[in-house]
Amino acid sequence: MKTEDLIDALKADNQRHRQPPGRVFAMALLASVLVAGAMLVFTMGLRPDFVAALGTVRFPFKFVVTIALAASAALVFSRALFPVASRRPHPALLLVAPVILLLGVVAELVALPPDAWAMSAQGKNAFHCLTVVPALGVVPLGLMLWSLRQGATTRPVLGGLCAGILAGGIAATFYAANCTDDSPLFVATWYPLAIGMLGLAGAALAPRIARW
Amino acid sequence: MAGLMTAAIRGDEAAYAEFLRLAAALVRGLARRKLANDRVVGPEDIVQEVLLAIHTKRHTWRSHEPILPWVFTITRYKIVDVYRRNGKRVFLDVDDFEAQLAAPETVEPALPERQVEAALTILSDGQRRVVKSIAIDGRSISETATALDMKETAVRVAFHRGLAAIAARFGRTT
Repeated sequence: MKTEDLIDALKADNQRHRQPPGRVFAMALLASVLVAGAMLVFTMGLRPDFVAALGTVRFPFKFVVTIALAASAALVFSRALFPVASRRPHPALLLVAPVILLLGVVAELVALPPDAWAMSAQGKNAFHCLTVVPALGVVPLGLMLWSLRQGATTRPVLGGLCAGILAGGIAATFYAANCTDDSPLFVATWYPLAIGMLGLAGAALAPRIARW
Repeated sequence: MAGLMTAAIRGDEAAYAEFLRLAAALVRGLARRKLANDRVVGPEDIVQEVLLAIHTKRHTWRSHEPILPWVFTITRYKIVDVYRRNGKRVFLDVDDFEAQLAAPETVEPALPERQVEAALTILSDGQRRVVKSIAIDGRSISETATALDMKETAVRVAFHRGLAAIAARFGRTT
């Protein structure tokens, strides 16, 4: 095929326009929150003492960590959708939430006597955490990978990792509303494992799914 | 170029064609320099791949951003992609080649004599003589017609029906 013929063909096809990736991502994000939220509320529900727990320190701190994680992943992800983006955030932004969590861990270690550490870290819901968070995150991960495919990423591994962490952050935020283990020691032990599974899955799948 | 693309997005086809031509020229220059010694991938292959990618991904350019870095990023991505695919294709070619090397021994063994005889026994006498004459003795249609004292059309029909009968009996439907 001659290049000039190709140009003619492409010119004739100019009328169809796709949604901008930013909008696709926003829709996928909204759908992810709705789906993960609905999955939690209609199956396990919020913990019974949800409102009272909001008055404590440890319970809201879980949301600070998970929402910070989701927000940082969303920011890095939204720039990875494009081949070129001015003001691309450094991927180290993803470390903000882990650092916040680490500070919480230090505070918890100071607040608790050493013989209570192991029990707080182990908690009662570890298995729950490792299964529910990935389960809540599967649909969001799929939606994020789909929106990555609509864009034109040149960094599919980073994009996929962020897709998984974002899905995990959303899932963990809802899971945290159900889980009664509030110690930062528990959060630091199990949440990263659960979210990491989604992150690895995203990083492994994205190079295939988001090729163009 | 950004102006052309902006017009193109608003639906101006002439501007779009002009944009694609400029992009093609840029990519061609770049590809010629980068792939000077390559015999498998021609610069024009790259140009066309990039134009296609620009077309399918043109919604990922945002009007407030410079367009040349966008074009070049797509070009670089596509050069890598074309090479990776060609790498795969060469690798597949090797596999095909190996399959062909193995083929004469395993895939299509010559029919054993007895099997041919068995195939011929299912035919009527007339068909068998014709099929044997053409397929085994290697005579042409007209030679067979002379040898068997038949009309050529009759030979053709008998040969065709004989083969069809063998195919039906031994499983191949062609």
